[in-house]
Amino acid sequence: MGCGMGKSRPLQEKAALLIQRWYRQYVARLEIRRRCTWNIFQSIEYAGEQDQIKLYNFFGFLMDHFTPASSERNLISHIFRENEICHETEWEKYFCYKGVEVPDSYNGPHLTFPMSFCGVSKLMEAFRHKQQLHARYVLQILGETWRLLRNLPNINHISVCHTKEITICGDLHGQLEDLLLIFYKNGLPSSEKPYIFNGDFVDRGKNSLEILLILFGFLLVYPNDVHLNRGNHEDHIVNLRYGFTKEVLGKYRFHGKKILKLLQKIFSWLPLAAVIDHKVLVVHGGISNSTNLHIVSRIDRHKVRGAISLMVCVQYVSVLRPPKMTHQRNSGNGDIDGPMEGRRRVRSLTNHSSAPAHRNNFHRRSLHNLSVGNYLSCSVEDELKKRRRLAGFDQSYGEMKTSDSDSDPEFRERTEIYGREWKQIVDLLWSDPMPQKGCVPNEVRGGGCYWGPDVTEEVLGRHSLQLLIRSHECKQDGYEFCHNRKVLTIFSASNYYEVGSNRGAYIRMGPDLVPRCIQYQASRTSRELTLRQSVGRTERSALQALKEQLFVHKSDLIRAFQEFDPDNMGLISLRHWATATDSVLKLGLPWRVLRPQLVSRTHYGMVNYLQWIKELSITDILETMYKNHSNLETIFRIIDTDHSGLISFEEFHQTWKLLSSHLKMEISDKAITDLAQSMDFNKDGSIDINEFMEAFRLTPLSLHQASECREAFFY
Amino acid sequence: MCLTLLIYLVGLFFSETVSDIHKKITTAFKLFDYDANNTVDAREISTIVFSLGCFPSQADLHQIIAEVEEGSSGYVHLDTFLPVMTKVLLEHRFPPIPVEHILRAFEVLDKENKGHLEEGELTKYMTEEGEPFTNKEMEEMLAVLLNNKRGLVYYRDAVGLLGFDGVMK
Repeated sequence: MGCGMGKSRPLQEKAALLIQRWYRQYVARLEIRRRCTWNIFQSIEYAGEQDQIKLYNFFGFLMDHFTPASSERNLISHIFRENEICHETEWEKYFCYKGVEVPDSYNGPHLTFPMSFCGVSKLMEAFRHKQQLHARYVLQILGETWRLLRNLPNINHISVCHTKEITICGDLHGQLEDLLLIFYKNGLPSSEKPYIFNGDFVDRGKNSLEILLILFGFLLVYPNDVHLNRGNHEDHIVNLRYGFTKEVLGKYRFHGKKILKLLQKIFSWLPLAAVIDHKVLVVHGGISNSTNLHIVSRIDRHKVRGAISLMVCVQYVSVLRPPKMTHQRNSGNGDIDGPMEGRRRVRSLTNHSSAPAHRNNFHRRSLHNLSVGNYLSCSVEDELKKRRRLAGFDQSYGEMKTSDSDSDPEFRERTEIYGREWKQIVDLLWSDPMPQKGCVPNEVRGGGCYWGPDVTEEVLGRHSLQLLIRSHECKQDGYEFCHNRKVLTIFSASNYYEVGSNRGAYIRMGPDLVPRCIQYQASRTSRELTLRQSVGRTERSALQALKEQLFVHKSDLIRAFQEFDPDNMGLISLRHWATATDSVLKLGLPWRVLRPQLVSRTHYGMVNYLQWIKELSITDILETMYKNHSNLETIFRIIDTDHSGLISFEEFHQTWKLLSSHLKMEISDKAITDLAQSMDFNKDGSIDINEFMEAFRLTPLSLHQASECREAFFY
Repeated sequence: MCLTLLIYLVGLFFSETVSDIHKKITTAFKLFDYDANNTVDAREISTIVFSLGCFPSQADLHQIIAEVEEGSSGYVHLDTFLPVMTKVLLEHRFPPIPVEHILRAFEVLDKENKGHLEEGELTKYMTEEGEPFTNKEMEEMLAVLLNNKRGLVYYRDAVGLLGFDGVMK
């Protein structure tokens, strides 16, 4: 058939052409929406991780602004005190399961030890039926796991040259359905079917603990064939923020804290990487230009309890913010964006006027900037040092914060070595690949770096490796190659952002060391959804998340809009709306494309921005509270060190005051008291964290209640 | 004289400037610029063109791609794409198809005037006539349009369902 549009063509040919054109246009529009939605979720996710930086700033601020006379001093040492004064034997006693009785009324699975394949199967069956394992067995499994992990090296060397195929799974994030689906499709772990699980087993999903128990179960039964790598979420402070801590405490009211403590140890003992046939490196995050596996294999990995807890304490060590990196970025081609320019995500989150301020904040506390006048805190630091020494703390860990130049050089050197080792680990667990060459700090996540294809070549070459398999980033298709197919990202949590958002995948690899990726998508519903419905659902979710972000930035948005409205007409053009919104939110999103979904009413192409904002927002206080609610939650959980779910009224009061002064917000004592009262804290001056945090979820009901306490904050 | 001036001014007020058009094209382009180096895979060009409110045929698209592709690299650079696409938009070269035309097209195919098409009928037309669908495209279209209970496409509803949710500004 010819393809000219001649008049002799039968009518139905024309009709078919028209319909085809029309339908293809529709599909393309759907694709665009899907892309936008994806961008939204990614930007918001990484912006959330960037909040960690703000959290560090807050702690830094706390450190800087205390005077010894203040009663707040207790609060801070309370926060940073790690009540770990015991030896391993004492810990064993503390974690012992023997004292825990299983009542007759318990109808969950009973386990016998040593762990057997039957035991793990029983466990999986039970979890499939939503049963809960008794705390005694949990402690038993965890205890055995801890003992086993202590004997493993930092880097596991695995061989597949006996015609065995190995399976590699990426992030699971508490999504039990995905793990079960993988086992269903691929078979259970065994000596014939080895597995590597590449980190991030916990957080976000609601079955993190079940996943851990199953993985540990298989590890105990097949210790030579099941390999677990640590991910950045195997970190107790990250868990405070992203849901795992809450999950455990919710499921185990009485033994939860003990379980969490034991998990903290287990996480620190998880191996860091695996190497297959000396050729394929499997690690959770990635690498940096300073990655050296020989150094990594010699580190005492369990001393690095968590990236973030250390970041807070060691931010004074210059090793972490090597000046030359930032200078490179600034001097580059005279262009301040330098290697970061291209990368959309990085550009949108760090390429703005406050980024230098961020960096300055860190530098303010670095050893290299002694013009800092704000070190009022010497005496508090001394106090903390003393307390740590009293607690029998490892000196190098506790005395990180020396800021004077006449400190012991040998000590400084020890500190720097420790800092370097710590950096090796953080780089392995937090880094992301980028298309551009080079290696720059990963300010989006707050840890690790972005590394380029040249770094891949160099590091792989240096270690005689041919492929790097990593996870850490969600991918639409569950996997993605980059850097000339030398880096493969594998992500195993399907529907991560929302039902239908992405597939999961796992890798099968035989002695030929060629990776084969198998995809899947959990949730029957998503498979039944048409493309249109799937896109629509994900999109609605993304838009909701986006609207929340807009709401949070209300005041900044109004200010930006007013710049385009010098005559104060209350109206701006759509074009200006897009520009202003982009400049405030800095998410690098296609605002013009999204506009119809966000702004419902326009007058002749103009937006009444005040009205629009009003529709999005409630009050100033709530905005700030909501903006910081996940930080607040994390802070509260840190304060509540005994995980009792209660903090004293004084602690609450102090924390709120601190947070507000850090945020440069004026809050009167009366306002805090009124807030507390409206939240119904009248249990002997202690506050139920969960109740308080529920108030921050901003359900329509609580919004109404909250607007009633709005009055309390105007004085 | 005054009237024509008025019309001209009103026209100016409502028409888009070239810089607006450039921004629109660049935004759509960048959605597919995964390496952030102002290039996209040539296979994404059709999606981009559609997303800008155009309704080209496959033949039209092939022509555009031939114009903007960098040799046979499979890539298209923004610098080449921008002027070509700007001209397309300024000329309104591929205007939207009015809903009535689609409806009439379906009615032409519905020879017996049943008000619906059967799965087999639609498949035959879409995969054998015009610029045929691939199997995947056909599958997806059926998934969207087919009234599952009876295996029929009620095209009047379909056209309403897939109606334009606003051409992107």
